[in-house]
Amino acid sequence: MSSISNIIFYIFIFSTVYAQVFLLVTFLENRKKIVIRKGSVKLSSYPAVTIVVPCWNEETTVEKTVDSLLALNYPKDKLKIFLIDDGSTDSTWGIISKFENYPNIKTFRKENGGKFTALNLGLENLKTDFFGGLDADSFADSESLVRIMSYFEKDPSVMAVAPSLIVHNSKTLIQSAQKIEYLMAVYFKKMLGLLGAIHVTPGPLTVFRKRVFDDLGPYRHAHSTEDMEIAYRMQKNNYKIEHCNDAYVYTSIPGTVRKLFRQRLRWIYGFINNTIDYRNVLFRRKYGDFSFFTLPAGIVSIFAVSFLLGRIFYNLGNFLYSKVVQYQTVGIHFTASLNNFDLFFISTKSFIFLEILIFSLVFLSMILGKQMVEGKWRPSWNMLYFLLIFSVIAPFWLLKAIYNTIISEKPAWR
Amino acid sequence: MIDWKKYLIVFLITATLFLSASYLSNYFGGKKIGELQLIQDKIAIDILSSETQYALLSDLSCRNVSGTLLSGELAELGKKLEWGEENLGDSEEVRNLKRYYSLLEIKDYLLAKKISERCRVKSAFILYFYTTLEKCKECEREGLVLTALRDKYPELRVYSFDYSTDLSAVQSMLNIFKIEDTKLPALVIEDEVLTGFHSLEELETRVQESFKLQETKPEETQKK
Repeated sequence: MSSISNIIFYIFIFSTVYAQVFLLVTFLENRKKIVIRKGSVKLSSYPAVTIVVPCWNEETTVEKTVDSLLALNYPKDKLKIFLIDDGSTDSTWGIISKFENYPNIKTFRKENGGKFTALNLGLENLKTDFFGGLDADSFADSESLVRIMSYFEKDPSVMAVAPSLIVHNSKTLIQSAQKIEYLMAVYFKKMLGLLGAIHVTPGPLTVFRKRVFDDLGPYRHAHSTEDMEIAYRMQKNNYKIEHCNDAYVYTSIPGTVRKLFRQRLRWIYGFINNTIDYRNVLFRRKYGDFSFFTLPAGIVSIFAVSFLLGRIFYNLGNFLYSKVVQYQTVGIHFTASLNNFDLFFISTKSFIFLEILIFSLVFLSMILGKQMVEGKWRPSWNMLYFLLIFSVIAPFWLLKAIYNTIISEKPAWR
Repeated sequence: MIDWKKYLIVFLITATLFLSASYLSNYFGGKKIGELQLIQDKIAIDILSSETQYALLSDLSCRNVSGTLLSGELAELGKKLEWGEENLGDSEEVRNLKRYYSLLEIKDYLLAKKISERCRVKSAFILYFYTTLEKCKECEREGLVLTALRDKYPELRVYSFDYSTDLSAVQSMLNIFKIEDTKLPALVIEDEVLTGFHSLEELETRVQESFKLQETKPEETQKK
């Protein structure tokens, strides 16, 4: 029994190392292509873009979100902004109504129907060749849009460009941990972009060609992860998605474990169920690295984390049981060996070295992500917080997402 | 569209990393076995030296012979071997070390017994027989009791023998004390065989009796 467990354990470790090395090799192949542009980018022409801001009870942040769009370094007559109130019950409508008089802003109010319905309302009214969304809790950097648009100018085959998401608010420890996680995600996203294998086009300021929706249809509910489903649909139709690492969008992140848990549960649940919906894309040559790398890596990581959690609980159970037996047999007793520590008793099994290797690769990913966003790679304490916090709580939302999938219970948005 | 060469190269890199980890593991495992061998060699020399000393001076002054240090090292070796059995894998090297260890234990036991007879020092010996061949919960618990006991009474000598050790000397010990594998764990205290689990309190009482003898006897010998 334990030998089967060991074989599975090593297969998972091998897959994890494989995925990390794969991304690292991709980085080394493309490192010269990854640049951070300083100052403003000039385009030969500025195509008209519509940015849709779907709002549902966003009274605290929406004004700042709209302000950030108004401050974008992009010709005002080429930028249309749709503010869509998706049946808010707070003062959101009152706040966005204040922007009605702006010539390039249009406001809409509809019954609550979910974020994808608000985005689709924007699509119905779309008159420009480019479409983007911006979640009402996120704020665009003034250079972000023009940098994103430069990707479309450079390569006419690019169908969507995702920006780098940067954490806007990092007050609590849990937010500091997410801050570094988002930087690491920039590295992963950039690598997947280079491979043509991106699986999410996030709500904050991913810009699409209108053609994507004309050809493939509007947003779907997609297990509350419409921004993931559209990317899957694009990949299935071989539409190119790029990642623009120097376009920054600042996004608000959950400040408590409870809220983070709900957000991640929704993400993972979305990943599992969209992958199930698109299972016929798996391991098909015509879908490229998306089908052979992104999806398998995601699936393996879900199984690996669940398996490792099970293993940890099993070992913990064994340890506690042995302590109980010890207590029952000899009472509270500390062996003298604790006092004279001996290097001999440090385990040198091969998985210890492999775990050190995996942690080093994760650290390297964080450093490369930081480098790609901030242009510097100094290590920070947040890296440690991330490893400590996420390794403890991440398995639980993974397991809950699997559990919910099995009993088909859909997670709530907030 | 898919760069298969890259998938292969990454596979080779990952496999190399795996092999390196396993190489490192073997390297450090080998170092640990080397360390165990060193300790055993040292103990072997010490025992041989004591035996020679004993043979040279038949009228050996009892004060010059101190066996407590020896047993301490044997105990440390025992702990490390036990850890090694669990963590270094079931290799021939570890099994050999364990056989050698059993042999050293028997030699130490015989020497200590001789000294105690000659000098009329009655030390508290415990011979402990257990098994690793099958799951023996009682053995594990008895092991905990003995560890606790030895921590409480550092002078106590516990010689532990794995029933399944493939060594004629160990088999002879089993024959002498008529130890059966169905009645493990088994303890031998002052030539009396106790089978099954015995609690800390129970053994402590017995050991304290032995210690009392030890405390009084040396004074008596000095008076003589």
